[in-house]
Amino acid sequence: MLDHIITPKWGTEEMTLSDNPIGASYLYLLEPEVRFLEAAVEHLIPTDELGPGARDVGVVVYIDRQLAGSWGVHGRQYRGGPWLEGTPQQGYQSRFTPQEVYRIAIREINQHCRAEFDRPFAQLAGDRQLRLLEQLEKDEIALPSLPSKLFFDLLWRNTEEGYFADPLYGGNRDKVGWKLLGFPGVPSGQYRELVTSSEPYHAEPVSVLDVQTGKVPVDAEGLPKHVIIKHNSNGES
Amino acid sequence: MSATKLKSVDVVVVGSGVVGSIMSMELASAGLSVVCLERGKQFDIDTDFKSPNVYDELKFDRHSDIFQNLARDTLTFRNNNAQTALPMREMGAFKPGEMVGGTAAHWGGNARRFLPHDFEMYSRIKERYGASFIPEDCNLQDWGVTWDDIEPYYDQFEEIFGVGGKAGNLNGEIQAGGNPHEGPRSREYPNPPTRRTHEGALFADAVTSLGYVPFQGPTAAMTQDYRNLYRVQMLECVRGGFCSSHVCAQGAKANPLSAVLPALARQPTFELRPLCNVLRVNVDSTGKKATGVTYIDPRGNEIEQPASIVVLGAYCFSNVRLLLLSGIGTPYEPLTGKGVVGRNYSYQQGGSVQVFFDDREFNPFIGGGQVNTSIDEFNGDLIDRGPLGFIGGAYMNTATSGATPIKGKRVPPGTPRWGGEWKKAVAQYYRRNMSITIHASCLSYRHNYLDLDPTYKDAYGLPLLRMTFDWNENDLRMMKYLNERCIEIGQALNGSRLGGTNKGMHFGITGYQSTHNVGGAVMGSDPSTSVVNKYLQSWDVSNLFVVGGSAFPQNPANGPTATIGMLACWAADAIKDYVRNPDSLA
Repeated sequence: MLDHIITPKWGTEEMTLSDNPIGASYLYLLEPEVRFLEAAVEHLIPTDELGPGARDVGVVVYIDRQLAGSWGVHGRQYRGGPWLEGTPQQGYQSRFTPQEVYRIAIREINQHCRAEFDRPFAQLAGDRQLRLLEQLEKDEIALPSLPSKLFFDLLWRNTEEGYFADPLYGGNRDKVGWKLLGFPGVPSGQYRELVTSSEPYHAEPVSVLDVQTGKVPVDAEGLPKHVIIKHNSNGES
Repeated sequence: MSATKLKSVDVVVVGSGVVGSIMSMELASAGLSVVCLERGKQFDIDTDFKSPNVYDELKFDRHSDIFQNLARDTLTFRNNNAQTALPMREMGAFKPGEMVGGTAAHWGGNARRFLPHDFEMYSRIKERYGASFIPEDCNLQDWGVTWDDIEPYYDQFEEIFGVGGKAGNLNGEIQAGGNPHEGPRSREYPNPPTRRTHEGALFADAVTSLGYVPFQGPTAAMTQDYRNLYRVQMLECVRGGFCSSHVCAQGAKANPLSAVLPALARQPTFELRPLCNVLRVNVDSTGKKATGVTYIDPRGNEIEQPASIVVLGAYCFSNVRLLLLSGIGTPYEPLTGKGVVGRNYSYQQGGSVQVFFDDREFNPFIGGGQVNTSIDEFNGDLIDRGPLGFIGGAYMNTATSGATPIKGKRVPPGTPRWGGEWKKAVAQYYRRNMSITIHASCLSYRHNYLDLDPTYKDAYGLPLLRMTFDWNENDLRMMKYLNERCIEIGQALNGSRLGGTNKGMHFGITGYQSTHNVGGAVMGSDPSTSVVNKYLQSWDVSNLFVVGGSAFPQNPANGPTATIGMLACWAADAIKDYVRNPDSLA
C-alpha cells in the first residue's frame, strides 16, 4: 500500500540527518525530563521504514524551545482566577502553565514508574512505555497533582507540532515531516499556473529557515524556485 | 484620575476592521473629521508580512500575535444558565483579531452575499409554513431591510474588496456558470471566478450527477490584478495557501490593510490611533445623546475623545460589551425575555465529509483564497422544509484552502490518534483526500445570549463578556439531514473510504470551528426586539451607530464578512444623511 510514497528509505546515505546547528542544548528542560521525552515522543511518532521518528528529528529540542518561550508561561492566555475545573466544553482550565505541567507531570510519572517498576520511565522496556502512554492518555494513572490526560494531550500536541512545524523551531530536521507528507513548504510562484492541474506536484521542500539563511534563492515576489522531484507512473522517485 | 479631554471631532469610530476602515473612508472622504481608535498594533502591509516569514503555520495559526491577546481580555463561556461560566483561557473555537485591520486581516476570503430570504426569514417562513413551524423558543426575526434596499451596498463592498465570481442571476436572468439560486445582482462581479481545481472538477461531476448545479464560490483573493473603488491596487493571488489565520504576503487577499487603509491614510481629515483601548461610550445627562468615548492610550492615560457621532465598528463581542459597559440600551434578561442588549447571540453550524482515495493524488497545498466549487440547493428555503421539520440551510463545497502540515492532515476513521499506524495513514492520505464542507445557518434562541460576567475581569478591571450558548434541536436536525446529503455526494465521488466529523450535542469552546460570532446588538424595526434600527442607529442614543456582525438577528449560512462590509457601506450612507438632517432616520 505504501510503496508509492516518495520518501527515500531511512538509513540510506541520502537520508541521514544533517547536523543540527542548534544541537541538543536545552533552555528549560532538565536532564531527566529530556530522557523521559526522548523515550515518549519516539512512541508517538516512531522511526520506521518511512523515516525517522520524533526523537531523531529534534522534537524534544522543539518542546524545550516552546516551553522556554512565551507559550511556555501562557503569555497570551487568560491567567485570572478563580480556577474551577469546568466542563470539557469549557476547555483548558488548569492553573498550571505548560512549563509547570511538563515539570510536575514528568516528575510524578517517574515516581509512579519507580514505585511500580523500580525504574524511571526512560529506563523501562519499550512495550511497557507504550502501555503507560496509553494509560496516561485515558487518564488511567492517578497522578497526585494533575490529570494525566492533561499532560498527555499537551505532549501529543507539541510532538505533532515539532514534527511538522518549520525547522526554524528546532524540530522537523531536514524537513523529514514534510517529506513524509509530500508537502513542499514555502510555495512557488508557479502555483497559480498549476491550480487546475491533476498531475501530482512533487518538489524538494523549502522551509522558512532555508530562505532566511540564504540556502534557497527566491524570485522577485520572495518565493523560491522549487526543485521538482521526478517520479514515474507508479509514483516512485 | 480625571481623563484628558481632547478637541471634539465629527465622528469617532471604534475598531479598524472591515467596518471601521470602510466607515472611516466613506465619512472622511465626505469631508467629516474622523478619529479611528484601534486596540491592536499597527503593521505595514508592505514590509511586515513578507515571504518567507508569513509561511509559518506555527507562528500564525498556533501562537498568533495578531489574534486577541487573551491575557488582557477574553470572554467567559457556559452552555446554559445552570453552569458557572469560565474564562476562555486559550484561543479555540474562534479567533477574533487584535491589530489594525481587525479580524478580517486574517480572514479566509469567503465573500458570499446572503440570500434575499435571509433578510426576511421570519416573514417568509411564517408565510410559507405558518408561525407554529418556528421553534417555540427561537427568536427568529427580520432584519428590517430587504434585498432591494441593500443590493447596491453589496455591489459597493464587492468593488472595494475586488470579489471574484460569476453571476448566476443578473437582474433576474439566470446565467450559466454562476449560482442560479443567488439573489438578483445588478451587475457582474468585479473580477472573474477562480479556476477549478482537480478536486473541484471531481466535486462538480459528482453533484451534477445528483442534479445539483456547481459553481465557483466568490472570493476576495484577487483572481487578476485589480484596482479597487478607492484606487488601491491589489495583485493576483499566487494560490500558495496560508490564507485564513495569515495576512497575505502578496497583498492579494482584500482586507482592511490591503484594500482600504492605503487610501484612508491619504484622507486629510482622518486620524488612526492604534493601541487605544476604548472603555465606554459617554452619554449626556439625558442619556439620549452620545458625547464621545473614553479610552486608555498606549501610555496608559485615560483620554476622553468628544465627537458628534460615535460608531461602534468592532467585533461582535466588543460592540455588545461596550454597550453593556456604557449602560446604553436595556440588557437582555433570558428569564423574562425582556431587554435587547446581548439578545439573539448566534454562531455558525457546520460539518464535513472526507473522501479518501487510494488511486488519486492531489496537490492540497496549491490553493487558498477560497478556491472552491460549491452548490446552493440546500441553502435558504429552496427545498420544502415542511416534511423535513427544520428551518435553515447551508451551502456545501469542496475547497482547496492550502493544507498545512500541522492542522491540514486528515486520516480515515478508525486510525489511531498517534503511533506507527497513524504515521502511515498521514503519509498515505495527506495528498489523497478531499473534504466536502457543510457551511450552515444557526438560529437565535431565547437561552443563547451575551451579558457581563459577575466574577471575571479584564486587565482594566472591567467585567468580561459572558457567553451562554448551546446548539439547538432545530439546527441539530438540520445538520443530520445535511450530513446525509453530504454523504451521498461523498459516495458519488467513488473514493475508497469516507470519513466525517461529529461536533457532539453541545457546543464546546475548544478546537477551531468558525470566527462567525454574530448578534447581541441586532438590527430590526421593533425597539423591543432590536438594539439598532435598520440604519444601524441606536434606538436609545440617536448619534450612536453600532455596525457589524453584532447586528445579525440570526446567522444565515453564507459567512458574515461580505454582509458586514455591506452593512458598513449602507450605514455610512445613512450617517451622511443623518449629518445633513439629524431627523432623517428611524
